[in-house]
Amino acid sequence: MNRSFRKFTTVALPWYIPVFILVVWQVLGSTGIISSRTLPSPDQVVRAAVSLLANGELIEALAVSTWRAAIGFAIGAGIGFVLGLLNGVIGLSDKLTDSTLQMIRNVPHLAMIPLVIAWFGIGEAAKIFLVALGVMFPIYLNTLHGIRSVDAGLIEMGNVYGLNRWQLYRRIILPGAMPSILVGVRFALGIMWLTLIVSETIAADSGIGYMAMNAREFFQLDVVVLAIILYALLGKLSDLTAKWLERRWLQWHPHFAKAVPQSKSSS
Amino acid sequence: MASPLRQSSAAVEEFELGPGPARQSVLKEEASARGVSIKLDGVSKRFGEKTVLNDLNLSIEPGKFIAIVGRSGCGKSTLLRLLAGLDGISSGSLTRQDQPIAGINQDTRFMFQDARLLPWQTVLENVKIGLTVDKSAEAERKAYAALQLVGLADRAKEWPSVLSGGQRQRVALARALVGHPHLLLFDEPLGALDAVTRIDMQRLIERLWQTRGFTAVLVTHDVSEAVALADRVILIDEGRAALDIPITLARPRVKDSGFAHFEKLILDRLLTPAEQSGTSLDELDFDI
Repeated sequence: MNRSFRKFTTVALPWYIPVFILVVWQVLGSTGIISSRTLPSPDQVVRAAVSLLANGELIEALAVSTWRAAIGFAIGAGIGFVLGLLNGVIGLSDKLTDSTLQMIRNVPHLAMIPLVIAWFGIGEAAKIFLVALGVMFPIYLNTLHGIRSVDAGLIEMGNVYGLNRWQLYRRIILPGAMPSILVGVRFALGIMWLTLIVSETIAADSGIGYMAMNAREFFQLDVVVLAIILYALLGKLSDLTAKWLERRWLQWHPHFAKAVPQSKSSS
Repeated sequence: MASPLRQSSAAVEEFELGPGPARQSVLKEEASARGVSIKLDGVSKRFGEKTVLNDLNLSIEPGKFIAIVGRSGCGKSTLLRLLAGLDGISSGSLTRQDQPIAGINQDTRFMFQDARLLPWQTVLENVKIGLTVDKSAEAERKAYAALQLVGLADRAKEWPSVLSGGQRQRVALARALVGHPHLLLFDEPLGALDAVTRIDMQRLIERLWQTRGFTAVLVTHDVSEAVALADRVILIDEGRAALDIPITLARPRVKDSGFAHFEKLILDRLLTPAEQSGTSLDELDFDI
């Protein structure tokens, strides 16, 4: 009884602050201390969400944005991973491409929006391009760093024990680099949403960013706030995905082993 | 040809019963067929300007346990890397069963100072790395038998991170033995262990060497460890074999006066610089 109560408190702990803010916000809104023209109260936001859900606009906007984010992430992460792998393993490739990549990396990719609109218009390609560009670098850098920090002793061991290049990569280099790659994935997921929001806000005719900008035109602040909250939730969701991947792929790591019930080893 | 499982059960029995004289001789006989001979003829190794090994002559009979001692930086680890095929010789000839050593040989296994287990694979998977084919149930069985040999079969499914230093080194030993190598090279594998674990490991290594009969080359800076384990102790100084002593003590070795004699002999030479010693290899009398 006492134990289950304590467990409940630990699980609930991260939610104390969000719930507190929500309550204060609602009280300030409904007592009129904050005017609904400045900031709509939570119940107004919920009503806006319900009506947008009912007419299907919200689902469509969410679907469009998620699809863009996913495609952009897949392309960018794929390129970043392959480049990181190549440059981590092959010295010549590293010499050839690394300094160029570092130069491109230091250009704020959102500064390219005017150019991207000129190239692609405001179609899908523009947003996917920007997301891919933003996502690529954290994955590239962390893959490269991960591969370089693989224990040289383990690689030597692999050589002595006669592993071929593929086995060496599959059994030693990739798993050794995985913790670092997953850090890159977490960074990249944050950048993915950021890039998408900005580019949808500036140049789009669908998606959550577009929904928010459109609402601003008609001064529907409840929809604008709804869009902002959606971004927070989507961000949290992708962070949870990354954490799940860490727990799943890094079970061997003492740090993550604590979080997972050891079902395999207790035979 | 005994299957690994039978060998392992023999070794396990031996843990309990202790080696009987009859069994010992049978095992020895089988053993002598399982080691390889090594011959170094005028071997030198240079890294750029620096000569690490200089005109080294050495002949190792099959199935012998050789210990190589010396101060740090004397070239003993380099010698081991040459035997493993990790580095090539600069001049001279280095042969194994009369075949020149060129590159890494799957019949040679290496134990490092640290265990070098893959932290992302279970203990059992780590042992399987010592096998060239690792897909079948046969591999699983062999790896399991090797773990049994070192007394860690019950930890097969665990991650290496939960094991102690001595247990990790025992897993590394199982990984080295699972493929039945004919040559096992030890690069100070017990250097980082505490005193008690160290003695346990020495006994385990000696026992496994006696049952398996591989040729063993142990690099160590612990003279007492060398005397406890080896048939022959070779002292390397400035790239040359400064001392080559057969250890004539009976096994299992106890730390009696004979043991102390050998220990002192080697330590004295180790502590005396080569120029001042004045004695050449041939003049020494090793009888006790």
